[in-house]
Amino acid sequence: MIFDTGLSSAMEITVNVMMIVLSVALLMAFLRLVKGPTLPDRVVALDLVAAIAVAIFAVYAVVVGQPVFIDAAIVLALIIFLGTVAFARYTERRGRP
Amino acid sequence: MSEVIIVILMAMGAALMLLAGIGILRMPDLFTRMHVATKSATLGVGCVLTAVAIFFGDVGVFTRALLVILFFFLTAPVGAHLIGRAGYIVGVPLWEGTKWDELKGKYDHSSHTLNSPKTLKTRVPDPDSPHARDDT
Repeated sequence: MIFDTGLSSAMEITVNVMMIVLSVALLMAFLRLVKGPTLPDRVVALDLVAAIAVAIFAVYAVVVGQPVFIDAAIVLALIIFLGTVAFARYTERRGRP
Repeated sequence: MSEVIIVILMAMGAALMLLAGIGILRMPDLFTRMHVATKSATLGVGCVLTAVAIFFGDVGVFTRALLVILFFFLTAPVGAHLIGRAGYIVGVPLWEGTKWDELKGKYDHSSHTLNSPKTLKTRVPDPDSPHARDDT
């Protein structure tokens, strides 16, 4: 096991498998962020990266038993939305993909 | 009992997140990618955070998790709409297998407003407006 949580074995297996699955999803979203090909594609990929990061924070809060990580998830969700709105305005004003 | 619910919710959340990751990598154009990333990622985050809230079983954690879920459900459609609209206006190419483009010719490219045929007939053109249309 990668993370030793000290919980019951069912929970420990779930948490470990979840971390691996979420890492794979994060890698896929990051590949799209690198490949593009247009700016809106990258913004959508960045949005997905943030959503997966929020899920990873939530699972990590379970792993270490510290609910403080949920606060970090709130902040990340707030900031990424502002970034998406700003990128959308910028793309529209720039006038090319 | 609560452990079973937590495990099921977490597995659902992870599966939806993986689906979003596969979709954003495999889908052919911006609009289909946006479609798959927004919906399944929002539901996935909702499932995972509900599971975490049940796990801690505390009013404070429950409120904060609910706040994150509410925020995601509010902002994900708005953000997807904004970026999709911007992508359509600046001319991001559609997939070559696209059958219909219902928005074709309906965007006023000088003012970026959407004109359906009905509003075109009823709208009175304002001669002082910088975007006054000649064809109305």
